[in-house]
Amino acid sequence: MLLIDREGSATEAWTRADGAAIGNLSHALVGWDALPEALDQKSSDQKIGVLVPNSLPSEALKPFFDQLALVAIGFPAFADGRGFSLAKVLRREGFRGTLRASGPLIPDQFDYAIACGFDEIELPEASASRQSALQWQQARGRLSRTYQRGYTRDGNILDRRRLARAAANSPAG
Amino acid sequence: MYRYDEFDERFVRDRVAQFSDQVARRLDGSLTEDEFKPLRLKNGVYLQLHAYMLRIAVPYGTLSSKQMRQLALIGERFDRGYGHFTTRQNLQFNWPKLRDVPEILGLLADVEMHCIQTSGNCIRNVTADHFAGVAQDEIEDPRPVCELIRQWSTAHPEFSYLPRKFKIAATGAQHDRAVTKAHDIGLRIVRHPDSGEIGYEISVGGGLGRTPMIGKVVRDFLPKPDLLAYLEAIMRVYNQEGRRDNKYKARVKILVHEIGTEEFRSRVEAEFATLDGPSVNADPEELARIEAYFAPPAYETLPRESAALAAARASNPAFDRWAGTNLTPHRADGYSAVTISLKPIGLAPGDATSEQMRVIADLAERYSFDELRVTHAQNIVLPHVRQDDLHAIWEALVPAGLATANSGLITDIIACPGLDYCALATARSIPIAQAIQQRFEDAERQTEIGELNIKISGCINACGHHHVGHIGILGLEKRGIESYQITLGGDATENAAVGEILGPGLPAEEVPGAIEAIVGVYEAERNDGERFIETVKRVGLSPFKAAFKELSHAAD
Repeated sequence: MLLIDREGSATEAWTRADGAAIGNLSHALVGWDALPEALDQKSSDQKIGVLVPNSLPSEALKPFFDQLALVAIGFPAFADGRGFSLAKVLRREGFRGTLRASGPLIPDQFDYAIACGFDEIELPEASASRQSALQWQQARGRLSRTYQRGYTRDGNILDRRRLARAAANSPAG
Repeated sequence: MYRYDEFDERFVRDRVAQFSDQVARRLDGSLTEDEFKPLRLKNGVYLQLHAYMLRIAVPYGTLSSKQMRQLALIGERFDRGYGHFTTRQNLQFNWPKLRDVPEILGLLADVEMHCIQTSGNCIRNVTADHFAGVAQDEIEDPRPVCELIRQWSTAHPEFSYLPRKFKIAATGAQHDRAVTKAHDIGLRIVRHPDSGEIGYEISVGGGLGRTPMIGKVVRDFLPKPDLLAYLEAIMRVYNQEGRRDNKYKARVKILVHEIGTEEFRSRVEAEFATLDGPSVNADPEELARIEAYFAPPAYETLPRESAALAAARASNPAFDRWAGTNLTPHRADGYSAVTISLKPIGLAPGDATSEQMRVIADLAERYSFDELRVTHAQNIVLPHVRQDDLHAIWEALVPAGLATANSGLITDIIACPGLDYCALATARSIPIAQAIQQRFEDAERQTEIGELNIKISGCINACGHHHVGHIGILGLEKRGIESYQITLGGDATENAAVGEILGPGLPAEEVPGAIEAIVGVYEAERNDGERFIETVKRVGLSPFKAAFKELSHAAD
């Protein structure tokens, strides 16, 4: 397993719990089915994360937003893009914790994942053995500017053009 | 036409560098073939039957002379001296080497072109009415909104791994020349019946392929400024809800069909309602910036009718025939749009040699404000030609083999590459088109028959649009033998309809005879001045089926 965030390879703080048995894990990652039970047992200093399927409706997760430090969205395959939309919707609905993409993504999807609201990627070993953290870093920003507004990316082209128009229209000096 | 600004230029250069890096990571094993495949497809690189194929985007079918010359150069240097114009207004090269692709992409970027998203499960090149900005029945030129959509859909962070490909077409005219109802999204520029405001009618869920469907209107009137947010809502619903368990059921048409138009519409509207429009939509000033590039050229003030044209037509029957078939009325007095047929009798529909591309580019530069169009019927248009210049243009087209007088006629056949090139094909398409052309070669006969669209696909994926051909031909393979299924009554216009099957499949050599029989029924049944499709709609399929049955019996 390899965990990657904006800074490069990251240290895994989370431990996968067996069902809802979170014991005294400081960062317990549970499955969607076990979430209500795990939250019942949660002590005040414990953090809970949940791994959800990419087909989960955002409304199902919304009531738990305040109690969750991490949501990991499963990517069954890199070509299954549902997780990008789910991440985007969870951010819009107000989830402020860490968003993780969990599955065999490829480095060329890193920017897309960040733009849709993800913070980190958890790669299975089979992918990590071929694709180094360095390759993931190098894939960032390959397309220096993109067109879409409303995504987590600085200075999209439409906003840049708007700024240029404003500068051209403002009085000299 | 649109010109890149510094951002567009930087983007295509970045994209070339990115693809070179992706190729390198494939070669060193970092990327598996499965992982590399969507990356190469999104850069237009297919693996075909005999070689790689490179599909170049011609956004909304508009090209400059300089761009056409660059395509000629690429065809000469990296292919076999020709290219193939497609039903999605693109250009395909059938014989490039994979190692040459980054260099070709660089040459394209030099002339503000690319291969981005001409394949793969993403939003594809946006197509438009090839008479945009020219047609007399147009409310507004659709190309600015196509360019806006092109930019918005390019490398979209959320919608680049869709369940399946996604095609958008737009028209600003009453008469639909862009087959909008056979696209995943069809966009029509309309005027609001009460306010007179210009906006968009949005259809979703059209498509051909193995399950042909006509698009359903989900929004009668969308105000122009809301476009990108509304498209985002459609795409999000599709990305989350579209089927991913079966690639043949993954297009948005299946989702719309399975949950129903009403339910699809309500999901889209609910999503649209939650979006913060101002943070998503383009500023009206951005659309205005793009629109400025499509301002009409500086037409001369001319009399409505050209005396020179009338005189040339009167004195030269061959020119007269060509002028009678290959000209389209222009909104500017004294001008015409010229269709250059890429359907000479007996050659592959849509193919053009590098030499022909240069002839066309020169004519556009000299006579048509440097502008060209690629049509979905696989022909080329000189959009703004003075009628006074038509004879000179025709004289230049004749020696280049480009003066075939058959636009819209029975020999102006749409055909996919078929089994001669395509890895998916189950039967040949091009030889069938050639055989039909030869059967109806006589110019007088073609004129007598009048407007008749034959469309041929070499497999059920329907790249040749056979479902919406007046006569559609679908090539299948049955027990190792090619078999051609004939449909009748398809319509690609605003009256979009899917053709119905006439009878059992035929062997290749019997197809021209079957077309002859169908045409015979039309000639016997038609009223004065009635076009083929009008007769079919009036009399129904029965007389055609009867003739077809007779034909099959004769063959037994």
